[in-house]
Amino acid sequence: MNYLERRVIHGVLLLAGVSVLCFAFGVMAPGDFFDEMKLNPQISPATVAALRSQYGIDQPLPLRYGRWVESVLRGEWGYSFAYNCPVRSLLMVRAGNTLLLTTLATLLAWLIALPLGVWTANRRGRWDDRLGLAGTTLLLSVPELVIALVLLYLAVRTHALPAGGMVSVGFGGLGKQAQLIDLASHLVIPAATLVLASLPLLVRHIRASVLEVLQAPFVQAARAHGIGGARLLFRYVLPAAANPLSSLLGLSIGGLLSGSLLVEVITGWPGMGPLLLEASLARDVHVVIGAVMASTFFMIAGSMVADVLLVVLDPRVRLGST
Amino acid sequence: MKTEEAAQRARTPAHIRAVGLSKSYVQRAPFSHKKFAIDALLDVQLEVSPATLTALVGESGSGKSTLARCLAMLEKPDCGEIWFEGKEISRSGSWELAWLRPKIQMIHQDSAGALNPRFTAAQVIAEPLEIQRRESGPKLRSRVCELMEEVGLPANWADRRPLELSGGQRQRLAIARAIALKPAFLILDESLSGLDLSTQAQILNLLLDLQKAHSLTYLLISHDLSLVEQVADFVAVMHQGRMVEHGAGQDIFGSPRHAHTRELLGSVRLVESAFRAAQAGGQQ
Repeated sequence: MNYLERRVIHGVLLLAGVSVLCFAFGVMAPGDFFDEMKLNPQISPATVAALRSQYGIDQPLPLRYGRWVESVLRGEWGYSFAYNCPVRSLLMVRAGNTLLLTTLATLLAWLIALPLGVWTANRRGRWDDRLGLAGTTLLLSVPELVIALVLLYLAVRTHALPAGGMVSVGFGGLGKQAQLIDLASHLVIPAATLVLASLPLLVRHIRASVLEVLQAPFVQAARAHGIGGARLLFRYVLPAAANPLSSLLGLSIGGLLSGSLLVEVITGWPGMGPLLLEASLARDVHVVIGAVMASTFFMIAGSMVADVLLVVLDPRVRLGST
Repeated sequence: MKTEEAAQRARTPAHIRAVGLSKSYVQRAPFSHKKFAIDALLDVQLEVSPATLTALVGESGSGKSTLARCLAMLEKPDCGEIWFEGKEISRSGSWELAWLRPKIQMIHQDSAGALNPRFTAAQVIAEPLEIQRRESGPKLRSRVCELMEEVGLPANWADRRPLELSGGQRQRLAIARAIALKPAFLILDESLSGLDLSTQAQILNLLLDLQKAHSLTYLLISHDLSLVEQVADFVAVMHQGRMVEHGAGQDIFGSPRHAHTRELLGSVRLVESAFRAAQAGGQQ
């Protein structure tokens, strides 16, 4: 069995374990979706009991788990009590919206952080490095929530950008190009919030990795041979600094589905965040489990991508694994 | 090398000379963040004659490696001058450094760390030749094989990576890379430490053979005073960033003048006698 097959089996087992725990904790938590109905005098206890029976909530936990697994195998991922539809159709739309936002934000954050981290590492101790460090410290100390609120405030005051949602009213009637512009303008605030929130951590990690490699004896030896500039950066420094960064990239991929929940709620982006919040408050347990499982899948996939990248990038890992 | 021969060489103009070299590093205190300077080099004077082996000794933190890095132009001294082949090089710009780099090479202690782990042996040796535009194409490959054989590595190992070589083989590869550019001055920064005794002897013999063949000038940084006593023409002793004693090897080991040199030699003799006593105890 090769390395990749082992990792896939490991991932599937991990997903199964997470599903058991998630299901058990979700179901054993006090209260369920129909508890609020009991407070409504217009709905009789018999009706509530009938509904509980219809959705199988009154059945024992192992049986409910078995039914949920069966629905996962059918591709439905359980049933949403609130939306009265299979969880899969709900998740697919919301996960698509979230991925559109987070993929763009992650890509932008890496595209900005990579040159910035390399630059500040090369300029260690100079004014531009200090400025970069001060900037990242400031951004690190400001919570995501505050960044989002400041950007929303600016959007409301200047009317330059839409302050919430994913598309404007009458989006369907617009032409292709206008639709694209409308979507892009709605993306600016949530994406900028995510970029600004993740940028300091990425820049600092990249700076630290590059700094460590710049001080490595083989880079010093290369310098002593007169190797410098772009050749030193691309043939020596970046490939060596890529090892810790591939793990960081794995984490970024892992957080694609779960890293933007709060920002989505604040900026009104119709992604997984608002769905998960509503489902948690309403105890729509299958939706919560489905969302957690999807996030776990991304976490596992991200960690696998990081491991595969490490094997591809570092001959020492390749030699060690053979 | 005999003392007369060393004395003869000492009369010839210095190959590399450090004059009043000082270097300090500014650091910050852990909690107060107040700046303070650590003096790594203080008014250091050193002369290395052509085709000789000068050993630089001293306890850890005495400034040996900083001096070596300044001489290799990997760091700029705060003040002082470095003269190499009759030219003052400490203020060299990038153009002058491009001329200078191939002539001064350094071989590190950590051969595993000093070789790019992603390169094959051939790439390691070819890189400086390519960057200095000395060879290209099939000539480059044959020059690489030639250099590998010169340092005792089979040419068919050209596609092996440093990780696939032993410590001694890696050090041979580092030597091949260093001599590829036909340098005149080689700094051996504890290059023999960390190797077992037989490998150490093999590498030392290789270095001495190469010195004879190419008239190389060596600056050997070492903690192994018994090795230094055997191979060094001249010895320079450093203590707390200062050069406290500098002279012919036999003079330094025979009649050390500075208290720190005596202390250094005394501690080695103490360790040797303790080792002999322990050995004698074990045999009984």
